[in-house]
Amino acid sequence: MAILTEVIQHYNQWVTIFLMVAGLYIVIARGNMIKTLVGLSLFQTSVYLLYLSPGKILGGTPPILDKAFSVYSNPLPHVLILTAIVVGVATLALGLALVVRINEAYGTIEEDEIVDMDKDGHA
Amino acid sequence: MMQHLPALQVVLPLLGAVFCAFMPRGAWAGAIALAVSWIMPVISGLLLAQVLQTGVISYHVGGWPPPMGIEYRVDILSAFILMLVSVMGAILMPYARLSVAKEISARNQPYFYCMYLLCMTGLLGITITGDAFNVFVFLEVSSLSTYVLIALGRDRRGLLAAYQYLVIGSIGATLYVIGIGLLYSITGTLNLVDIASKLQTIGATAPVLIALGFLITGISLKLALFPLHVWLPNAYTYAPSVATIFLAGTATKVAVYLLLRIIFTVYGVGTTSDGTPLSDIFIVLSVLAMFGASIVACFQDNVKRMLAYSSVAQIGYITLGIAILNKTGLTGGISHLFNHAIMKAALFMVIGGIFYRIGSANIANLAGIGRRMPLTMAAFVVAGLSIIGAPGTAGFISKWYLVSGAMEKGWWWLGLLIVASSVLSVVYIGRVVEAAYFQTPNGEAEKATDMPASMLLPTLVLAAACIWFGFDTRLTADIAAQAASYLLGGAQ
Repeated sequence: MAILTEVIQHYNQWVTIFLMVAGLYIVIARGNMIKTLVGLSLFQTSVYLLYLSPGKILGGTPPILDKAFSVYSNPLPHVLILTAIVVGVATLALGLALVVRINEAYGTIEEDEIVDMDKDGHA
Repeated sequence: MMQHLPALQVVLPLLGAVFCAFMPRGAWAGAIALAVSWIMPVISGLLLAQVLQTGVISYHVGGWPPPMGIEYRVDILSAFILMLVSVMGAILMPYARLSVAKEISARNQPYFYCMYLLCMTGLLGITITGDAFNVFVFLEVSSLSTYVLIALGRDRRGLLAAYQYLVIGSIGATLYVIGIGLLYSITGTLNLVDIASKLQTIGATAPVLIALGFLITGISLKLALFPLHVWLPNAYTYAPSVATIFLAGTATKVAVYLLLRIIFTVYGVGTTSDGTPLSDIFIVLSVLAMFGASIVACFQDNVKRMLAYSSVAQIGYITLGIAILNKTGLTGGISHLFNHAIMKAALFMVIGGIFYRIGSANIANLAGIGRRMPLTMAAFVVAGLSIIGAPGTAGFISKWYLVSGAMEKGWWWLGLLIVASSVLSVVYIGRVVEAAYFQTPNGEAEKATDMPASMLLPTLVLAAACIWFGFDTRLTADIAAQAASYLLGGAQ
C-alpha cells in the first residue's frame, strides 16, 4: 500500500518515464522513417515534462512580485523548455526534410529496403 | 574590444553563417567563410595567451553575473580546444574552395559554407560556455548543421547516413538534457562551476549518479565511443570531403572536451572514480575500440571508410587516457586529442585530394598513385606513420604518455595492449601505402597529378605539423599536462 501511494504521489514522474521509454522503443523498433521520427519526437517531448513538473510548486503563484504572496513557482524551467521546444521542432523539420529527399532518391522510406538497395547497387 | 573576445569567438562565425546563406554564389560565401576562419585563430590565440598569463577568464553574457546569467568561461583546457578548432578551420578553408566546387552542386555551395560556419559556432560555443543548458543549445546547433553537411554531397547514401546520425545524435543530445534536468532539480542551478560546488555538499546520492549516467551515455554517443559509434563510419564515408575533414578534426574532439568537463569539473575525480565503475567501463570499451575498430579498418576497401573506423579506434586511445585517471595518462589523452585531429585531418585531406583527381577513394583505384601524386602521398605516409605512432611523429608523443600513464598505475598489460593495437594500424595504413607505391597505375590514376596548390599546401602544413609536434611539445603535451593537473586538482 505504501508503494502505491508513493507511485500515485509521483504520478507526473511516471508519465514522464512512460513517454520516454515509449518514444525510445518506437525509435528502435520501427523501420519506417516517419514512425522513427514520431518516436524521436515523443522521446524529446517527455523531457519537457521532466523539467516542467518540478518547477510547479504546490500553492505557488506565477512569479510576479506582490505583497500578498510569498510562494512562487519557478519560471526558469519554462524558459529552458521553450528553447528545447524550438530545438525539437528544428530537429523534426530537418529529419522530415531528409526523409523527403530520401524518398526522392530511393522511392521508399523503409530503412531495411533502402539498405538492401544500396547493397545491390554498389556491392 | 579585448574584454569581449570570448563573445566574439562565437558571434563572429554565427554572423558569417547568416551572410553566407544569402550569397548567390558559392565563391562569395567561401570568401566570407575564409575571412571568418582566419580571424578565429587570432581570437583564440589571444584568449590562450591571456589564460596562460592571468588564469581563468570569466565573461558575463549581457552583463548578468553568474550563477544567474550565462557565463562564458575560458580556462586552460577550453582555450586549448578553442585553439584546436579554430586552427583546423583556418587550415581547412583554403583547401575547401576547389573540393567544394567539385563535390557540391552550385546551388548548394553557399549553404555548405553557411552550415560549416554554424557548425563552427556550435563547437566553439560548447567549448567556451560555462552554462549546462547553453551547452545543449550549442550542441544542437553544431549537430543540426553537421547533419546538413553530411547530406549535402552528391552521393544519395549521404542522405541515409545523415538521417541515421540525426536519430542517434538527437537521442544522445536528449539523454544529455535529461542528465542536466536531473542535476538542475537537485542543485537548482545550471552554471557548471556552481553545480560542482553544490554537488560537493550534496555528495554522491543515487539521483546524482543517475544524472551522471545519462550525461556520460549522451556524450559518448556524440564522441562515438565504441559500441556507440555506429553512425560514424557511414557519416564520414558519404559526407563531402571537406565536411569529413572538418568533423574528423573537430566534432568528436569537442565531445571529448565535454566529457572531460562533466567528469572532472562538475563531478570531480573523487565522485567519478570512487563511487562508480566508470573508469573500468571506459577502459574495457576503449580497449575494445582500439582492437575492434582497427581490425574492421583492415578489411575496408574504401579508404575513407577505413580512416573512419581508424577514428573510432583512435578515440579509444583518447578515452583510455581519461580512464587511466592519473596525470600522465590524462596528458596522453588530451595531447592525443590534439595530435589525432591533426593527423586524421591530414589523411582525409589526402583522400579528398585523390578523390578530386580520380573521383574515387577505393583502394583498388589507388594503385600506383604514389608515383603520379608524389607530394600528396608523401603527406599520407607521414600522417600515417603518426597514426601508427612511429618515433619522431606527433602520435608517438601521445602514445608514449599513455603507455607511461598505464605503467605508473602498474598496468603493464594495458601498455602492451596499446602497443599491440598500434601494430594493427600498421596493417591498414600499410595496405594503402602498398597499393600506392608498389602497384602499377591503371585507369584514372595513370593521368593523375598532384592536387592543386591550394589543396596541397594545407595538407603539407598538417603533415609537417605531424612531424613538428613529434619534436616540439610545448604547444601539445606541455599545455595538455597543465590542463591535466588543472582537471585533476578539482578544477574550480
